[in-house]
Amino acid sequence: MKLTVWTYEGPPHVGAMRVATGMKGLHYVLHAPQGDTYADLLFTMIERRNKRPPVTYTTFQAQDLGSDTADIFKQACRDAVARFQPQAIIVGASCTAELIQDDPGGLAETMGLDIPVVALELPSYSRKENFGTDETFFQLVRHLARPMERSEAISCNIIGPTGLGFRHRDDVAEIANLLREMGVAINVIAPMDATPMDLTRLGAAHFNVVLYPEHADAAARWMERNLDQPRTKTIPLGVGATRDFIAEVQAITGLTTAPDERRLRLPWWSASVDSTYLTGKRVFLFGDATHVKAMARVARDEMGFEVAGLGCYNREFARDIRALGKEYGVEALITDDYLEVERAIEEAAPEMILGTQMERHIGKRLGIPCAVISAPVHVQDFPARYSPVMGFEGANVLFDTLVHPLVMGLEEHLLAMFREDFEFNDEAGPSHHGGHAPRPVEQAHPTPAVSEPQHVADLAREATSEAVQAASGALVVSAPDATPIAANSGSDVAVWLADAEKELKKIPFFVRGKAKRNTEKYAAEKGVTEISVDTLYEAKAHYAR
Amino acid sequence: MNDLAPLPNRGCQDTPVLKERGQREVFCGLTGIIWLHRKMQDAFFLVVGSRTCAHLLQSAAGVMIFAEPRFGTAILEEKDLAGMADANEELDREVDRLLSRRPDIRQLFLVGSCPSEVIKLDLERAAQRLTGIHGPRVRVLNYSGSGIETTFTQGEDACLSAMVPSLPDTDAQNLVLVGSLPDVVEDQAISLLERLGISDVQVLPGRDAAHDPAVGPNTRYALLQPFLGDTAQALERRGATRIDAPFPFGDEGTTAWLAAIAALYGVSRETFEAVTAGPRARARKAIAVQAEKLRGKSIFFFPDSQLEVPLARFLTRECGMEAVEIGTPFLHKGLAAADLALIPEGPTISEGQDVDLQLDRCIAARPDITVCGLGLANPLEARGLTTKWAIELVFTPVHFYEQAGDLAGLFSRPLDRKRVLRLHPNASAQEAPA
Ligand code: SF4
Ligand code: SF4
Repeated sequence: MKLTVWTYEGPPHVGAMRVATGMKGLHYVLHAPQGDTYADLLFTMIERRNKRPPVTYTTFQAQDLGSDTADIFKQACRDAVARFQPQAIIVGASCTAELIQDDPGGLAETMGLDIPVVALELPSYSRKENFGTDETFFQLVRHLARPMERSEAISCNIIGPTGLGFRHRDDVAEIANLLREMGVAINVIAPMDATPMDLTRLGAAHFNVVLYPEHADAAARWMERNLDQPRTKTIPLGVGATRDFIAEVQAITGLTTAPDERRLRLPWWSASVDSTYLTGKRVFLFGDATHVKAMARVARDEMGFEVAGLGCYNREFARDIRALGKEYGVEALITDDYLEVERAIEEAAPEMILGTQMERHIGKRLGIPCAVISAPVHVQDFPARYSPVMGFEGANVLFDTLVHPLVMGLEEHLLAMFREDFEFNDEAGPSHHGGHAPRPVEQAHPTPAVSEPQHVADLAREATSEAVQAASGALVVSAPDATPIAANSGSDVAVWLADAEKELKKIPFFVRGKAKRNTEKYAAEKGVTEISVDTLYEAKAHYAR
Repeated sequence: MNDLAPLPNRGCQDTPVLKERGQREVFCGLTGIIWLHRKMQDAFFLVVGSRTCAHLLQSAAGVMIFAEPRFGTAILEEKDLAGMADANEELDREVDRLLSRRPDIRQLFLVGSCPSEVIKLDLERAAQRLTGIHGPRVRVLNYSGSGIETTFTQGEDACLSAMVPSLPDTDAQNLVLVGSLPDVVEDQAISLLERLGISDVQVLPGRDAAHDPAVGPNTRYALLQPFLGDTAQALERRGATRIDAPFPFGDEGTTAWLAAIAALYGVSRETFEAVTAGPRARARKAIAVQAEKLRGKSIFFFPDSQLEVPLARFLTRECGMEAVEIGTPFLHKGLAAADLALIPEGPTISEGQDVDLQLDRCIAARPDITVCGLGLANPLEARGLTTKWAIELVFTPVHFYEQAGDLAGLFSRPLDRKRVLRLHPNASAQEAPA
């Protein structure tokens, strides 16, 4: 038994729904109680689908237990096939039905339906949503795909995109175009938009492009063994990875046409001087393994950030992410406990979070900007505009995504220049984030369980970078100690004299917190109980290198 | 005592009910935790269930407002399913941990789910055992919010009825209002009653354990919500008597509800008029603005919150709408009688659900507005229908005079939006709806 408040992944049958809802012509008969129908709203509301997910829930009740739940299941199967006329059905149990052991697969097979029936065994009490997508797609492929003659032109399947995926809709379009440009024809894209009939043609492709290992790893491995199709291993997310992906495809196919890079803007945008202020911004990454891994590279190598921490919630990829942590010199956090993630972020005190919708909330509470880079998703992750994160256009989108939450470079300078202006309000934060300005954290924490959030608000105010500090000529000193937040708590802190306090106010707000802490730390070390203007400058001299 | 609109020649009290038993598309009773935990400020709701239950709560809550809300799910794992003793020990351990981390908690609800019920985990015994350990500081109660036993708002009913046996005894002639409403609305109700001269008023649930009402043979109670049948029975078992009335929605509902109480307390007609005239006039005015847009429009209710019957009463009688079908997950004839009698004969009244058949009926009827769950709203909109999400009706303050206009506004807003948008959906951006 494990106490859970918020979850990164739903149960495995929600994964199966993501596959079914992504596809066409497939229906899912799910043995489940009525409350489980909530899952429909994930698709109709978050993803704004205009159709109900193709799922029939048996919605058995307590009075049915022990007597006719199996009949209810069979009736639901018959009705669903008659009403929706699918090319194939998948059948399975949710957590409750798993306990009553009606064996939906066995029942459906005895019914003599004239369409393929794929039975799913998704252990609800040990596995989660991503296992559900991977296993469901794998079972569909295993049942429906057959070895066959290869297409004449060099072709591939693009596998992994599902319903409710993070930017899957646009990633698929972007990568399909990239491949076409290289001279690779697209055989089948699946599960997204594929029919069961399409899956029978998977074998015609020369190789598989695996965009989302979370959802298509098992299927890709099976096809590698049984259909003799190599699979790509690079996820084309970010500039470097997209180029590596192109090289990988060239190695598999022998094709040499390189896609046009003229539309790629990230490298110049990142090199241009306004981006100087991005250097060394400390970021914390958390999400699904695939996105975290790719984004760590983008963050460090393509944006010039410093990776202050990283982790993933899907244990299936724990080994990869631990190795990644080593590579980046941080200890990887593998957990699906949201509170643990929050603690880790609080401790690492990054300047920005690259995370999921869950981390966006953590960021709101802690006053740390956050860019969403991974599922679980929210209605905001389905923008109306074309917005891939993969391929060259994806790289452009990522530059904007990662810069937007931060104060713009020029804006930072202006803030420093005008801070003496009586009309200027320090507390406003970046102008484009009125709604995201750090709130007083006490208010966001109505429970006493979270301790001392105050420092974090301070910390958030210093959207700082060495470059800006130097340029603004501000009274800022940089402590060698990278974890300064403990200094100003408690009553042992020295008292600020009025003059010193006034002087402190002259320091730009985004570095003021740091200056304050350094001074207090210095005062504590020297046994000074009253901080004067002199103490302030002595501390500056002390920490200046 | 009251000057309500004339009664219909024939109401719906004798309309035969279409009983359906097919696929349901309704939340389970766990959902009630979302509003109950906000109401009871010292309570924690611990669902003993599966990852699905946790995911439902998260999805129904929509946003994660709090780092550590006062609810959570003890997710059963394979090892818990293997042996009973194990699961109980694990539960005790989780509760220990929780209560030591949250010293502010005074009431703990162990909430049963489908999985805990199917494996017959006895949460009643667990609650007794845990009360022995953590009482009297913390009161541990249990109820079922499972989808095999409860539908959506029935979770609140199960919760409140579980509280009734532990309420303090009294012989006083007190009045208990039953149902969890937003504080602001509750305060309005109490203030109206006070001005009528009725002062010993308490509410179930109280805002914290210390403010729970006392009950006894002289207690009268009035329901604030139509879905509280089990709670009503539990109160009757403690000797309390129900004050029968329509539910306090709109001008008519609120007036009739207050009048039923006032009659019992011998409030004079003059006092009643003096107290209610002002807010009534405001409510009428506010409703009138919305009724302009709603009059003559047809409405179809999918079963959801059990608020369907009183809302149909409000919308047909006070806003001039025409009900096509009033679907409700469960029709408590006794509690709904007063409202049913006021709804003019005509609509289909259905109980339970077979969602595919009901969708067929709805699409054939092409109502001007359809009240349904979040899973159905966009698919129906895509077919050209206008919808109102039912869940908003339980999350938004809609009871009593001052909210009457807002309540009507919830229904007129989707129609307004249809009117202001000069757009035609482009075929290419959307798949053909099915
Ligand atoms: S229907 Fe049952 S299993 Fe599903 S969420 Fe509700 S209580 Fe949990
Ligand atoms: S405020 Fe204007 S310039 Fe600054 S990031 Fe927002 S949109 Fe860009």
